[in-house]
Amino acid sequence: MALVRVKNLSRVFDVSKPWLNRMIERRSKAFLTAVSEVDFDVEPRSTYALVGESGSGKSTIGKMLVGLLKATSGVVEIQGVDLASETDAAKIDAIRSDIQMIFQDPYASLNPRWRVKDIIAEPVASRGGNTEGLAEKLLEQVGLAVQDAGKFPHEFSGGQRQRICIARALASEPNLIVCDEPTSALDVSVQAQVLNLMSDLKDDFGLTYVLISHDLTVVRHMADRIGVLYLGRLVEEATPDDLFETPKHPYTQMLLAAAPQMDGFGREVQPPEGEIPDPINPPSGCAFHPRCPIAQDICKQKRPEMRNLKGIRVACHMTE
Amino acid sequence: MSDVPIPVKPKSRLRIALDSDLYYTFRRSPVAMVSAAVVLLLVLSAVFAPLIAPTNPFNPASLNLMNGFTAPMTPNAFTGETFLLGTDDQGRDVFSTILYGMRISLFVGVAAVFFAMVLGITLGLISGYVGGWTGTIIMRTADVQLTFPSILVAMLIFGIAKGVTPVEYRDQMAIWVLILAIGLSDWVQFARVVRGATLVEKNKEYVQAARLIGRTPGAIMLRHILPNVLSPVLVIATISLALAIIAEATLSFLGVGAPPTQPSLGTLIRIGQGFLFSGEWWILLFPAVTLLALALSVNLLGDWLRDALNPRLR
Repeated sequence: MALVRVKNLSRVFDVSKPWLNRMIERRSKAFLTAVSEVDFDVEPRSTYALVGESGSGKSTIGKMLVGLLKATSGVVEIQGVDLASETDAAKIDAIRSDIQMIFQDPYASLNPRWRVKDIIAEPVASRGGNTEGLAEKLLEQVGLAVQDAGKFPHEFSGGQRQRICIARALASEPNLIVCDEPTSALDVSVQAQVLNLMSDLKDDFGLTYVLISHDLTVVRHMADRIGVLYLGRLVEEATPDDLFETPKHPYTQMLLAAAPQMDGFGREVQPPEGEIPDPINPPSGCAFHPRCPIAQDICKQKRPEMRNLKGIRVACHMTE
Repeated sequence: MSDVPIPVKPKSRLRIALDSDLYYTFRRSPVAMVSAAVVLLLVLSAVFAPLIAPTNPFNPASLNLMNGFTAPMTPNAFTGETFLLGTDDQGRDVFSTILYGMRISLFVGVAAVFFAMVLGITLGLISGYVGGWTGTIIMRTADVQLTFPSILVAMLIFGIAKGVTPVEYRDQMAIWVLILAIGLSDWVQFARVVRGATLVEKNKEYVQAARLIGRTPGAIMLRHILPNVLSPVLVIATISLALAIIAEATLSFLGVGAPPTQPSLGTLIRIGQGFLFSGEWWILLFPAVTLLALALSVNLLGDWLRDALNPRLR
């Protein structure tokens, strides 16, 4: 059974101006659809990656997975429990300690006034658990020294801080860790170390990752399944091999063509055409049709359903 | 590489304090050091007033009306006693009244600022973190209060409180009413600064990390956000202290503050100004100079602290 089940998930933000301005300027309310009818399952002990451009809704999905944001419609079920509608406090608490998150900016994700040992132990301490020696043990597991427990976050580099964040995420012995661009703020050399650490810990602790990233090489290296997002919609979902070898959706093809490649010296890179549309007024039908090289009339009128083509899920009228 | 841990000797708190940036800039600022010395001297002499003061000016038994209007450092014509800063009309030693008066002034100032700080931080945190209607109501209340001069607000509160308390308790309650009045007129700036800082902090990822493990809003505000918004509060508290001491003196000077049975520096100045044109200048001058020194040095210290805690001004 899937550990995470996302069904028909949507999130709409109210981005209207204040009431008085709207009255004076005679404008109606404005709504931004950050995530629109997204479906996917995450199998236990796998890594599911969400990729997409800025503004494609990947971080919003991440926040809804961990319960930081409420869904406008649709459900997120974690081990069969929907945090938003569940009323049993014990169940909510059990699921809460099962989910953790690693954030993008290691400089903002540690409280500057707390000692490292208190930061790491907080998920356990806040539930009244035993934190004796916990921080020290976890620091060793993420490759830091036991002595670091008494230090403050400003005494560490970005990569070390991200290791502290990982240690904190592990403290409550979670099953699922949502990683929101965990390496995008780090140097390239440190990125590899952090990613390798994450892979090792996944095997040691039997973790499931939801990895949010815009870095295709990271995703190819880490993921078991990849979901491609465009304007808050899931357009394609496949294994890394299928996705990188035979991309089905025209957007995925465009994304892969634009990515820098090691053997690409002298290669004429085809820059992506057009820009991501305004999510307040998304295009009709398939959201990608204004930029799509193979768009037909049906693409402007009807939103494509997600279809399963031999394990590759794709939302496009034109692919077979 | 060996795995033998290198023993790190933990630093003592004193060592951390001496190594800090704050202490370094303090040592490089003569103004800060002089004003800190003045503040320290005045605060200590106020705290130890009963030990330092030659007489207790509030004990009628120790007063001799014959000593009235003795000039500073001159023997009295009738009793032959000398007083460092002279005496007032009732023969009270001015030096002693200043020491005791400073106690009242400092106590009222510190207590009022503390009250304003607690109130302002609480409301600022709530309005910043919870936001929505709650936050709007709190901040609009603050805006409305800001349109009135704070001394007017303090007088209003003082008047209401005085009307409510029974006549026989008025003199006892005067000090507490004064603290309430000054505190309530001063919470707004704390609330605004804390709200602003809270709005910045609450979107940082460490707050989200605390939210997702199920910490309650109260715990997040107190344990996560509060420690990170305190340094601007410290600066405002210092500068408000100077303002609160002056506000108390103003109220007392206007006759609505500390009663003559518990005179603060402001009360002493009010008493003294009656004798200014009859030649007994010392009754007014010395309390006024003390008030000036106290308020000025606290203010300068606050200015220095504001610059020292703001890395962009270095």
